[in-house]
Amino acid sequence: MNYKNLILIALRALTNNKMRAFLTMLGIIIGVASVISMLAIGAGSKQSIRDEIGQMGSNMIMVQPGNGSFGGVRQSASSMQTLKMTDYESLVRETNYLSKITPTVSSSGQAVKGANNSPTTIYGVNEQYIDIRGYSVGSGNMFTAQDIRKAAKVCIVGQTVVDNLFSAGEDPLGKTIRFGKIPLKIVGVLEAKGYNTMGMDQDDLILAPYTTVQKRILAITYLQGITAAALSEEYSNQAIEEITEILQRNHAIKIGQENDFNVRSQQEMMETMSSVMDMMTILLGCIAGISLLVGGIGIMNIMYVSVTERTREIGLRMSIGAMGRHILMQFLIEAVIISVTGGIIGVLVGIGASGLIKMIAGWPVSIQAYSIVLAFVVCTVTGIFFGWYPAKKASDLNPIDAIRYE
Amino acid sequence: MNEIIKVENLRRDFLVGEETVHALRDISFNITEGEFVTIMGTSGSGKSTLLNILGCLDVPTEGEYYLDGVPVRKMGKNDRAMLRNRKIGFVFQSYNLLPKTTALENVELPLLYNKTVNSAQRKAKSHKALESVGLADRINHRSNQMSGGQQQRVAIARALVNDPVIILADEATGNLDTRTSFEILTLFQEMHAQGRTILFVTHNQEIARYGSRNIVLRDGKVIEDRKNGSIASAKDTLASLPAEEE
Repeated sequence: MNYKNLILIALRALTNNKMRAFLTMLGIIIGVASVISMLAIGAGSKQSIRDEIGQMGSNMIMVQPGNGSFGGVRQSASSMQTLKMTDYESLVRETNYLSKITPTVSSSGQAVKGANNSPTTIYGVNEQYIDIRGYSVGSGNMFTAQDIRKAAKVCIVGQTVVDNLFSAGEDPLGKTIRFGKIPLKIVGVLEAKGYNTMGMDQDDLILAPYTTVQKRILAITYLQGITAAALSEEYSNQAIEEITEILQRNHAIKIGQENDFNVRSQQEMMETMSSVMDMMTILLGCIAGISLLVGGIGIMNIMYVSVTERTREIGLRMSIGAMGRHILMQFLIEAVIISVTGGIIGVLVGIGASGLIKMIAGWPVSIQAYSIVLAFVVCTVTGIFFGWYPAKKASDLNPIDAIRYE
Repeated sequence: MNEIIKVENLRRDFLVGEETVHALRDISFNITEGEFVTIMGTSGSGKSTLLNILGCLDVPTEGEYYLDGVPVRKMGKNDRAMLRNRKIGFVFQSYNLLPKTTALENVELPLLYNKTVNSAQRKAKSHKALESVGLADRINHRSNQMSGGQQQRVAIARALVNDPVIILADEATGNLDTRTSFEILTLFQEMHAQGRTILFVTHNQEIARYGSRNIVLRDGKVIEDRKNGSIASAKDTLASLPAEEE
């Protein structure tokens, strides 16, 4: 039997019942379209959260002092003095997985310019910090390695600080502000980043050479933290291990002993957020999957009715020489044509619906190639699975009874 | 002359509940090429059972049936389907055309189940068959746009398209008015004249006059089997009918 003929037979049978074929298809169309758009919404939300975290530096790794006790009294991390410049230096020397690294010290205080003042935080960092955190310099320049060596009294400020200290239209570049008692010359202004997902104003900060903050503001020699960037997101875990090893060796921490520092990555945070989004995507996908299943049952139902209704046709086909398997294949092909055509239309509707959601509701959507492939496979399988039983029933009919069926 | 059908001591029993019903009891006859045989009998005489067996839709309980020299009793379902496809043309009382399908597509149907026929041959044969039943101008009409007589003509074309050794007609005029019945009978007689072998099952005694041989069944047995020496012409009968009123 050649399949070309069988497909021709099935197509002719379907075109005889266009309306019914379409209504059956509708179940599949809705099912597939909802699977695709739900997965697109899920993936889109996940992507947008990743992007936001990524803006903060998705490959960022933070080292903080921690878990120390002094004379049996457990100390808070900020008062620990376990991180030294030597730790920073050995990390710079030995790392394989870090692309950028900076010491960090910070202090909260009041920034003053003339009659204006504003509470803010000054971060003492090196020139790599803005790359790690995903900041960029809007106007002016970042301070230089030279400034760091000399503990120069320079700074680069966030937009919020500029807004609070300067009147509109005034150019802050080259002006001097005071942080506490220390005058700092503004050499650059950061590009505004806005609020992050946690609602923190990312532009309310002053960056200065860490040496300046250490010596002139805090008068300390230790570091409050080290911030680094892994080569890429994928290397975050290796980078954490590497940092842990180097610091354990530097601090002479024995196996089994508690570390006096913490290493955390932005990646971990992102994974937590991602797993929440994954859960939501799975949930949405399941609901959509159920509608696809209902569509499949719709096919089975219609094929069933169709077999009963077309009993005489089946009897006729058998009496003029169709074998059982020809009938089986015909009904199976009809079911698959319905489900696959429904699948194709469903994919298009799903893409359209996703676009519409993006346009009207403004939700982030990201259509997943795998969801289209998945929808197709599921459709074909649905067609075969739900078409099989009615088709089998048709092929098992006795031609004598079938041809005289009333 | 070629023996198209050879039936030897045919029996067919059905089990209905506890009871065995003997639908056919020891039937034997031969049909040779070119005969136009009418098979008569009241309902319950076994003529439908006989037709099913002759049409390879059913197999006898005992005895043997040879179609064009091929023994059918031990054949499998698929082989019988193949045999029906290649050697038999069926014409049914209720036409059994596919709904909403063109005449051409209906006639093509048997050839779609024959992989030795390609689509060009299929088209050509179907056209020819439709021409031979006088429907050359209605090739693309759908079955629901045609009268009963036209539909039966399409069904006959469908029976002819695979060039069968025998045409089995089951009450082929049963659903038609008198005039149309005779038109169809005329068509059967034309096919007979061209040398086709026809087996026409009916309970209408009148039709026996138009065949070359008549077999009468009663209670599963052949009670009469005689040749018809003076075959009446359906065409003449048709001409003698009062003209149709508009």
